[in-house]
Amino acid sequence: MATSDGAGRDGVICALNEDGSLVPEYDPRLSEQQVVELYRHLSRTRILDERLLTLQRQGRIGFHVGSLGEEATIIGAAFALRPQDWIFPCYREVGAALMRGLSFQRFVDNVFGNANDVVKGRQMPDHYTGRSVRYASTSSPVGTQIPHAVGVGWAAKLRGDDVVALAFFGDGATSTNDFHASMNIAGVFKIPVVLLCRNNGWAISTPLEKQTRTETFAEKGIAYGVPGMRVDGNDAFAVIWAVQHAVRRATAGEGATLIEALTYRMGAHTSSDDPNRYRTDDEVRPWAQRDPIERVRRYLVDRELWDDSREAEHRTQVERLFKEAVDAAERSPAPGLDTLLDDVYERPTWVLLEQRAELLSGPRAPGHG
Amino acid sequence: MPQWNMVQAINDALRVAMQRDDDVIVLGEDVGKVGGVFRVTAGLMDEFGDGRVIDTPLNEGGIVGTAIGMALYGMRPVAEIQFGDFIWPAYDQIVNELAKYRYRSGGEYSASMVIRAPVGGGIRGGHYHSQHPEAPFIHVAGLKVICPSTPYDAKGLLLNAVRDPDPVIFFEPKRVYRAAKGDVPEGYYTVPLELAKVAREGDDVTVLVYGAMLYEALDAAEKAAEHGVECEVVDLRTLWPVDIETILESVQKTGRLVVVHEAPRTCGFGAELISLVVERAFFHLEAPPVRVTGFDTPFPYSLEMEYLPLSHRILPAVMAAAEA
Repeated sequence: MATSDGAGRDGVICALNEDGSLVPEYDPRLSEQQVVELYRHLSRTRILDERLLTLQRQGRIGFHVGSLGEEATIIGAAFALRPQDWIFPCYREVGAALMRGLSFQRFVDNVFGNANDVVKGRQMPDHYTGRSVRYASTSSPVGTQIPHAVGVGWAAKLRGDDVVALAFFGDGATSTNDFHASMNIAGVFKIPVVLLCRNNGWAISTPLEKQTRTETFAEKGIAYGVPGMRVDGNDAFAVIWAVQHAVRRATAGEGATLIEALTYRMGAHTSSDDPNRYRTDDEVRPWAQRDPIERVRRYLVDRELWDDSREAEHRTQVERLFKEAVDAAERSPAPGLDTLLDDVYERPTWVLLEQRAELLSGPRAPGHG
Repeated sequence: MPQWNMVQAINDALRVAMQRDDDVIVLGEDVGKVGGVFRVTAGLMDEFGDGRVIDTPLNEGGIVGTAIGMALYGMRPVAEIQFGDFIWPAYDQIVNELAKYRYRSGGEYSASMVIRAPVGGGIRGGHYHSQHPEAPFIHVAGLKVICPSTPYDAKGLLLNAVRDPDPVIFFEPKRVYRAAKGDVPEGYYTVPLELAKVAREGDDVTVLVYGAMLYEALDAAEKAAEHGVECEVVDLRTLWPVDIETILESVQKTGRLVVVHEAPRTCGFGAELISLVVERAFFHLEAPPVRVTGFDTPFPYSLEMEYLPLSHRILPAVMAAAEA
């Protein structure tokens, strides 16, 4: 299938093969220190995912959206961006926000929806916001973030700012009206935006063949005059290369790029989903052999930049930090009642002031002190 | 002082806003080269260039969605929806994203922008060029909804809306785009949001109205006066947040309420207005409130003058309220 740069197997860009060999053409040439840092972020993302899922099963948090198996796509893309670039998540990209520097405690507070949550407990877990790290606010509707990313890129272009926006979205999102609108506008106006499709094989229970008639998602760019490329989404190096390439195109005035990252949703859609209802282990198992984090770890181990003791130390540290954050989060109270009616507008309207008084002076729900 | 119609007034508001603030940009279908299908944006592209007056592809969801991104970045987009009837593809972006962005980000972000659209019938527009779609927007927390009736208010309210920190939906009554004329100051001025205007004082019946029907209500009021009934016609101007004080002050004086709107009756804005009045001024009412509205049908073409709540339907409602 045709891609803008076409290379590798079936036009899928690889940089760090599963056997550990590098493809010079797509090697982002990271320093040793950078690869170690990359690995730490990748690994931390997965550890957090496991812990959060456990918390949910224990009933201590209500919900979690994991990214098991997709860490290279998510962390790699964020790694490739510059600090001034904006990220528009769908809702599966927690690793990217943390990598950028979103406060860990704040993230955990959001999962618990407590009084310290920046979102003030208003949204489900994992619907966080990170303005300080140029990470947009998360919503649940699929694909709605894509035109926002295009708008940011558009505004930056109009103002002459050196800023690129990146939107994450899944294969399901490419069926939405917002994807179509965004691709079209991005194409017409050559907007500096990176449109990154995490092709993880599933939209809840909907497999690819029910989502699109095309063989790839990258080729959808043709219809909009936006070059598309396919990248091994489990190859963090390739993802970094591809996003850097797209950023270079954008900053050179060449407009948008559609990147299809081939990966796999190893876990459930969310903690509310049971994938056993629509897929078998036989399908999932081969992807375990292509683990994105393991691939980078082996790269480091081969070069004696990592070993079991560093692994253990890293894991212990992450788990300790997580435990501390969870303890603090669980000790924090629920958001104050009065916050329920704030931030609807910049200042509350007369109606909201009345409703606030009604809420505060009225009876409390049973079981809520 | 110039005598301008509403198109000229809105055109000038956009011009003045864009002159004052480089971050104000206009985008929509046919707004640039052609100056808008109603000429509301005429001349703006010549003056400000195609970097600030943007002809977009045909996609309302995309217009609003990308404008949200621009607003998040710090620009002040004024997005045009060519007819209010075509705002629906953008409704998801407006309801789920624009209206909620501040709240759902704990106040970290806000998307300050204006969406403008011509609304209303009486121009032989049929189902799809006559809608008055305000009710489903008033109902959504986080939006402000405006509908001016006069050129003066249109310019002043739009200039205010452009700098409002919250998202504003600005509905323009197209039937009076050219018919409504009045004094409009040049340069910059604003009309306060959330403030209704008593267009005609009277002691007997309160008539709440907005948009093109203001003129029908005033006509009915003149005829009612011939029969000794003095209407107080209140032009709401800002639909939400509505000026409840002016409304209650009037009803407390008159004890009788007639609400007029083009939009279909059921769950129209009149339902909310009457609820508010009944909740707060029940014991001041001397007669049941009455709604004079469009019927619960799609907007008809041939029979549109029977559909609209024109003066000939407002008058009997006012007289009945006065005599009850």
